Amino acid sequence: MSEFEGLYGIWLREFKVFQREKSRVVSAIAQPIIWLFLLGGGIGASIDTSRIGNVDYQHFLFPGIVAMSTMFGTVFYGLYIVWDRKIDVLKEILVAPISRITVFFGKVLGGATDAMITVFILLLLGVVLVGISPVGVVAGLGIALLLAVGMVSIGLTLGAFFESMEGFQVIITFMIFPLFFLSGALYPISGLDPVLGTAVQANPVTYAVDGLRGALIGQSHFPLWLDVGIMLLFDAAMVLLGTWAFRRMKL
Amino acid sequence: MVVEAAGSNDGVMIAAQGLTKRFGDLTAVDHIELEIRRGEIFGLLGPNGAGKTTTISMLITIRPITEGRATVNGYDVARQPAKVRASCGIVFQEPSIDTALTARENLELHARLYGVPKAIRRERIEELLALVDLKDREDSVVKTFSGGMKRRLEIARGLLHHPPVIFLDEPTLGLDPQTRQHIWDYIERLRREMRTTFVLTTHYMEEADRLCDRIAIIDRGKIVALGTPKELKDSLGGDTVVLTMKEPPLEAFRALSFVSKVDVRDGAVWLSMERATSNLAHVIQAAGGREIATVEVRRPTLEDVFIRLTGRAIRQAEEGGGEGWFGAAMQYTASTNR
Ligand SMILES: Nc1ncnc2c1ncn2[C@@H]1O[C@H](COP(=O)(O)OP(=O)(O)OP(=O)(O)O)[C@@H](O)[C@H]1O
Ligand SMILES: [Mg+2]
Repeated sequence: MSEFEGLYGIWLREFKVFQREKSRVVSAIAQPIIWLFLLGGGIGASIDTSRIGNVDYQHFLFPGIVAMSTMFGTVFYGLYIVWDRKIDVLKEILVAPISRITVFFGKVLGGATDAMITVFILLLLGVVLVGISPVGVVAGLGIALLLAVGMVSIGLTLGAFFESMEGFQVIITFMIFPLFFLSGALYPISGLDPVLGTAVQANPVTYAVDGLRGALIGQSHFPLWLDVGIMLLFDAAMVLLGTWAFRRMKL
Repeated sequence: MVVEAAGSNDGVMIAAQGLTKRFGDLTAVDHIELEIRRGEIFGLLGPNGAGKTTTISMLITIRPITEGRATVNGYDVARQPAKVRASCGIVFQEPSIDTALTARENLELHARLYGVPKAIRRERIEELLALVDLKDREDSVVKTFSGGMKRRLEIARGLLHHPPVIFLDEPTLGLDPQTRQHIWDYIERLRREMRTTFVLTTHYMEEADRLCDRIAIIDRGKIVALGTPKELKDSLGGDTVVLTMKEPPLEAFRALSFVSKVDVRDGAVWLSMERATSNLAHVIQAAGGREIATVEVRRPTLEDVFIRLTGRAIRQAEEGGGEGWFGAAMQYTASTNR
């Protein structure tokens, strides 16, 4: 009972903080739109649409942008605990008589909620901009949630190990950007050279992007069960890793 | 989760045996022995870096113990950390309030984390907001609070769930006298009504003197004295009478049976003695009609004890083998501490 109350308390805290940081919410929504128009418009002008299933490049790109927004938002959210620890805000929660696993899940829920709100707004814009169906919105939310849980766990795991914010740039450069660029978010994944193709297929984010593209514009490379199955495995692995990291995290 | 004092602890709330913490080569806490009874207000005094915070950190399970063992509320700190944490309220030395939340939200979060039953949550929060005088700012985000207001909120938070033991690490640092008074009163009330045990550190000697039943003075990780404030003050060997006069009759003063020491310092005569107030007449008699410009009776304060025990003099005494009054202080430790 107390664990549940604690979980709810932590989630509520995260939710309130998210609501209060209006500028973060605004940029979380504005940034993907900017990408969609600037990148989508620029590259779209020079692309052979027969390679992307005869749709407009902005349509093709939209699911990738949803994935990007989810990924970056949640990883940063997770990494943010380094700061919480530095200013001792987390101390109060970590000395409470609730388990570290509860703390971890409270944070995952908090990060996933933030991401879902952002994604929902993006998808509503997508209804207008690229003609997503209501069913597509619901399915898109489901797949984005699977991606969010795994990514926020990665962020929290890394955040549990770092002592300062200095390592962040390294993580972004060597981990988050590669995961994003090798996911098929920006280009089709069929007909890539073998090395790149293997890397793309080994990247769990690929399956989230593929699932999103299937749900939002009806174009997919893998069957839906495979996309969902791999995301579930990815989430399970990352959550396990995260709970382990939280249990050994020092104050 | 409401935590009762565990059954089999015989009124001992905190016990530590050979409690030690090393950071690399540095021994921050060095084989500390403690036995704090239920309902006691116990003070940990010591200079900066003495090891007070580190001792508390081990007792509340946030730093692993290097050597020795400790129990809190009957639970073993190393083996039952969750039970220990559920038994404790903590006010950290370092700020740890959530500045993104309002005052009330901070307290609500705390109540949830510690499982304060819903039925009493609201009332308890009201009571503590009133105690720390933040009622009119309860819905402001803490970011907008002054340092003292943040500190008051942290104290309210530490007391909120009425745990059996409360650790306060320099709780009143930077607070105004009124607020400190309110907090002392509340601490005394909790002790009286709920037999709450308090462990507090402070650098305000008169606060420790007034509030604490017993005090341990820590220096370089070791307990160098332990006793009631009165015992500690008495260990300095009574009172001092300071006289300013021309040509003081030092020999006559030395001849007085109750005078243990005569010193001339800063142009005055310093007489160490027992019960200065009742013996003062004899001192004046011994002056034999010579004109005395000023007379001052000084009772030892806790501050004197602190400085004697942890100041420069103690360092030299220690190197010289720990003789004299230092030895006497050590006997205190030995006698009050099984
Ligand atoms: N994390 C740490 N790593 C290394 N040394 C530490 C660490 N924490 C504390 N110390 C050292 O342990 C000693 C005791 O520190 P502690 O914080 O317990 O002192 P304190 O009595 O609380 O002092 P203060 O009155 O300044 O709060 C100090 O010498 C300090 O430098
Ligand atoms: Mg300290």
